[in-house]
Amino acid sequence: MNLVERILAAHSGRSKVSPGDFIMPRLDLILANDITAPLAIKEFRRLGLKRVFDPGKIVFVPDHFTPNKDIPSAEQAKMVREFAREQGIIYFEVGRLGIEHVLLPEQGLVLPGEVVIGADSHTCTYGALGAFATGMGSTDIAMAMATGDTWMKVPETIKVIYHGRVGQWVGGKDLILYTIGQIGVDGALYAALEFSGEAVKNISMDGRFTMANMAIEAGAKAGIFEVDEKTLLYLKPRAKRPYAVYQGDNDAEYSRVIEFDVSSIEPQVSLPHSPANAVPLSKTKGVKIDQVVIGSCTNGRLEDLEIAARILEGAKIHPDVRLIVIPGSSKVYLDALKEGLIEIFVSAGAVVSPPTCGPCLGGHMGILAAGEKCLSTTNRNFVGRMGHPSSEVYLSNPAIAAASAIAGQITGPEEVIQGD
Amino acid sequence: MVIRGRAHKFGSNIDTDGIIPARYLNVSEPEELARHCMEDVDPDFLKKMEPGDVIVAGANFGCGSSREHAPLAIKAAGISCVIASSFARIFYRNAINIGLPLLESGEAYQRIEEGDILEVDLENGTIKDVNKGVTLTAKPYPPFMREIISSGGLVEYTRRRIKGLDGN
Ligand code: SF4
Repeated sequence: MNLVERILAAHSGRSKVSPGDFIMPRLDLILANDITAPLAIKEFRRLGLKRVFDPGKIVFVPDHFTPNKDIPSAEQAKMVREFAREQGIIYFEVGRLGIEHVLLPEQGLVLPGEVVIGADSHTCTYGALGAFATGMGSTDIAMAMATGDTWMKVPETIKVIYHGRVGQWVGGKDLILYTIGQIGVDGALYAALEFSGEAVKNISMDGRFTMANMAIEAGAKAGIFEVDEKTLLYLKPRAKRPYAVYQGDNDAEYSRVIEFDVSSIEPQVSLPHSPANAVPLSKTKGVKIDQVVIGSCTNGRLEDLEIAARILEGAKIHPDVRLIVIPGSSKVYLDALKEGLIEIFVSAGAVVSPPTCGPCLGGHMGILAAGEKCLSTTNRNFVGRMGHPSSEVYLSNPAIAAASAIAGQITGPEEVIQGD
Repeated sequence: MVIRGRAHKFGSNIDTDGIIPARYLNVSEPEELARHCMEDVDPDFLKKMEPGDVIVAGANFGCGSSREHAPLAIKAAGISCVIASSFARIFYRNAINIGLPLLESGEAYQRIEEGDILEVDLENGTIKDVNKGVTLTAKPYPPFMREIISSGGLVEYTRRRIKGLDGN
């Protein structure tokens, strides 16, 4: 069995599972947010049950339209808050929170070898920790809140091996954009993606979260990494309960093995309106932009802000560009503050937003007008994703985003860093 | 149950932001959501469609977000079923859970044209294109999903399971 199969077998009381098997795995954590929890609560109520199966294994994070942007979203958040209180569900209030997928790993709420489902498609982020984590809809989440398990088809696993060492300014974001560019937005439909190889071993935990996060953008059910020393180091100060580390067998089977030599790939930019439109940076240079967003569950972690700050230090943002920086959690915000990053951003002319999904899904805090172009470190550039249906979103890593904010057009860091 | 309706064709990779843009997700009432169904893909969609009509699309229909609001919007708009070459997996689950029938058929996508009258038999998964005079067969649901559908959706299915677990 491979890594995914080992985890799923262990959670469904079986000695072996194979792709295509229908199983009912026991769940270690169940997640919903301010958009998806209200529907889940309504469906849960329809069951007529008084209590959820285990409030300590359910987390609600109001992060999409918070701090609330209007009355309807405030009503939704209120409903979520009240249900969480009534049931004793783990809940993170505005000011003590972050974007769910930045927050949960940071708080040690997801651990290796676990099975996690969330009413949010980017739940797959936790695969970076060697957990099997997958997104579902509100009704699935509601029923899981009642029973503590869910039905699932064991997915086939595609192994992606990245050879070589990546160059400067190339990170997890570039590897995943490159991969989606190669296999397409349905290249891993119904399958799990296992990321491996020398290049990802050398990537930081923050970079791995970015990669696992975007597995869904290739249609995958989950993205997963094997646990290594970096994972264990990350978990040491965070894990609050014991966990099991699983490994795939040496002769584990995969439906497909894809190998990439990434030693010479450039930073990647995905053109509108699909993450699969990934091209090397040099092919998009010169595209004029109106807005840059650095943040989201994809690239709103401390390392992302550090990279951006390195480029923005002492520089000024182009007069025609608005730069919005969104630390992914209260902790990221505080760490960035202590390191002086927030001062660098504000001095350069950026606006620093509180932790929120905000513009990533066209919610608030940076909506695009008709025809505007935005370079963003987020994960989706679908039509209308960040505002008006005729606006356009380009996706990149934080270094390219920061450099482009200075240049007023898409460009690389080496072209804006002086005397480096 | 046989559904009769007109086909509305869309391409591949129709995402959930296209089906129901996030700017409308500050509410979750299906009727509210239905008012913006497919708005960013085809702003005239609601004017063109009639209750009972069918969406026919290419690969990976419903990709993107996990929002159950997407199948809810389609269902509440009056669309009777969606036929696509393939579906994004979260959308597929959501649709089954809330009772929006889906049929997977690449051939149907290739042969059916915009405006064709379709007769869809959900029981045996056949799609008759009345204009073309052809009958196509969709991929059958896995047995497990049939169980959920025949229970009347996931909530009913779980209700029965819970009763079973309690031993009454
Ligand atoms: S940051 Fe964007 S992609 Fe991530 S959870 Fe929020 S809306 Fe979704």
